Amino acid sequence: MVQIKNLHASIAGKEILKGLTLDIPDGQVHAIMGPNGSGKSTLSYVIAGREGYEVTGGEILLDGQNIMAMAPEERAAAGLFLAFQYPVEIPGVAMTMFMKTAINGIRKQRGEGEIDALDFLKLMKKKQAELGMSDEMMKRAVNVGFSGGEKKRNEVLQMAMLEPRMAVLDETDSGLDIDALKVVADGVNKLRSDKRSFLVITHYQRLLDYIKPDVVHVMAAGKIVKTGGPELALELEKTGYAEYAA
Amino acid sequence: MSSITQETIDQVEALGGKYEAGFVTDIESEKAPKGLSEDTVRFVSAKKGEPEWLLEWRLKAFRHWQTMPEPTWAKVNFPEFDYQDAYYYASPLTKNKPKSLDEVDPKLLETYEKLGIPLREQEMLAGVAVDVVFDSVSVATTFRKQLAEQGIIFCSISDAIKEHPELVKKYLGSVVPYHDNKHACLNSAVFTDGSFVYIPPGVKCPMELSTYFRINEMNTGQFERTLIIADKGAYVSYLEGCTAPMRDENQLHAAVVELITHDDAEIKYSTVQNWYPGDENGKGGIYNFVTKRGMCEGKNSKISWTQVETGSAITWKYPSCILKGDNSQGEFYSVAITGNYQQADTGTKMIHIGRNTKSRIIAKTISAGKSDSTYRGQVKIMPKAINARNFTQCDSLLIGDQCGAHTVPYIESRNATAQLEHEATTSKIGDDQLFYCQQRGLSEEAAVALIVNGFCKEVLQNLPMEFAVEAQKLVAISLEGSVG
Repeated sequence: MVQIKNLHASIAGKEILKGLTLDIPDGQVHAIMGPNGSGKSTLSYVIAGREGYEVTGGEILLDGQNIMAMAPEERAAAGLFLAFQYPVEIPGVAMTMFMKTAINGIRKQRGEGEIDALDFLKLMKKKQAELGMSDEMMKRAVNVGFSGGEKKRNEVLQMAMLEPRMAVLDETDSGLDIDALKVVADGVNKLRSDKRSFLVITHYQRLLDYIKPDVVHVMAAGKIVKTGGPELALELEKTGYAEYAA
Repeated sequence: MSSITQETIDQVEALGGKYEAGFVTDIESEKAPKGLSEDTVRFVSAKKGEPEWLLEWRLKAFRHWQTMPEPTWAKVNFPEFDYQDAYYYASPLTKNKPKSLDEVDPKLLETYEKLGIPLREQEMLAGVAVDVVFDSVSVATTFRKQLAEQGIIFCSISDAIKEHPELVKKYLGSVVPYHDNKHACLNSAVFTDGSFVYIPPGVKCPMELSTYFRINEMNTGQFERTLIIADKGAYVSYLEGCTAPMRDENQLHAAVVELITHDDAEIKYSTVQNWYPGDENGKGGIYNFVTKRGMCEGKNSKISWTQVETGSAITWKYPSCILKGDNSQGEFYSVAITGNYQQADTGTKMIHIGRNTKSRIIAKTISAGKSDSTYRGQVKIMPKAINARNFTQCDSLLIGDQCGAHTVPYIESRNATAQLEHEATTSKIGDDQLFYCQQRGLSEEAAVALIVNGFCKEVLQNLPMEFAVEAQKLVAISLEGSVG
């Protein structure tokens, strides 16, 4: 599904990703762990196509298609989703409005008509209920006045609504207490299917107790330095990242 | 190859098609001789068959106008306007005044349909009574009869001068005197038409009253005059929408709107203004120099202004409230959007005279391109205004790094019991907000429209429903191409 080949990327002339290669087949969950500053968040932004990140080499293929020249919204329409580490506030724009605009934005790019208003509300209700989010929350402006846990749940809700082919979760566990972590993990697990893949970026093994990865990678200094099964995460929890430090 | 061709077509269309209301209706019209003199004033007055007192009033205004300097305190720049190089009266040539829409020139109706206001449909379906001003003469007034049954008068000001001279004489110039400022003075001298509304005591107007203004004739200033009176306990909501076709010349629009509320009465006045703003090089566009003021004459009365200003090359406009009656309230909700080389200097004045008077100001300013936008507002508490309260919030949003936004509040309190609050923020649309929206599937333009609409929400939600939807679309259209 997703192949990243020898990816190099810099910010303001400083190289952050230094030849990263990754292959995530259909239906698999891959975790990337690594110390601060190893380039994990940069990787998520480069995959999503954020401006300001200069790709100096390599490519990313989604379902065999090179996405490097695509705008962020085109990548979204191609089925890519990024759950943000720090979800952004948009004052005055109600969640339902935002979600509907997003769905229609994607449908438009795919040459489909707008979603039926009633179908949309039904879908929204269903997904909300699964994540324990109230109607009142959906009337609030996007992420405004949301607690840390609510923001992360909101990211998972959006993912559930947009049904991506490939989801990147950037430190979705950061700032969550154990109960919130379970809710978020449950949400992700419900979305697991053989047609959907995940790349879970985290510092801690804890999240991987709830979202069981198929493959674990260790990232350091802009590269994947080690790849293994779920047991690699447990090992890291014991040994730390010291041996991978640049 | 084919994609290049398509791209070229798209670009050409983008250049030509930006301003959707930019078309000209080909109708013969009758104009006053070019230039401004006492003769012009007499011509206008005679054309309209006005009584002597009104001609005298116009002439007084004209003589005073000649002595007044141009106001220069606003933060706008433009070459001096040549008043002698413009026409002050243009009327579509029709033999007799139409008695119903069937008699109206079909070309006029077509124009309105292009603007998205099919009169007939509005009349039949929407329940909106529309008084349409085409250049200077009101061509059709709908729903007049139904309103008349409740004693409501809704007609052109020309008709009101003929049919209700006592009301016009009593209130015209009572809120905005003819010598108020240079532009109001000019309007008093040469105003050609506008709307008149009178709501009798205790009557709640059962529908939104609406006027669409449109400047069509080349080189014609439009000087409409609107007068709305809500008698004791009356209520009315009035909508004003404006468009103008594209012209290279800078056209002058100097309107005056006067509102009067008596005891326990309320007027809600909403404007959506998208006059032609000039092209992307700053050529052409309307000079929108408007004096709007409301007088809360009676106790417990209320005047609420809501405006969405997206058009005009230059906007100079301060819808104000004089809170004379005890417990009276004034509100001002404003969204001003400028792009390209547009300049806007807009805001409000809240003059607290009566006791326990309250005012509320919410102003949202959005600047893009090379535009410059200023909020200018005055809150004045007079000595007898015990327990006066004001809340002001001014938020500016910048798009890009070549535009400007300024907030200029004037606050004057002469009574120690007053409570005044002022909040102001300036922000830029964040890259992180744009990226977040784009990652969810929105194009950059859709993202900007969404973020800006969110920013303006507090103001837009004050518009009547059908207008709010239109305004949201207008916000999106006026910011097209402002990013990237």
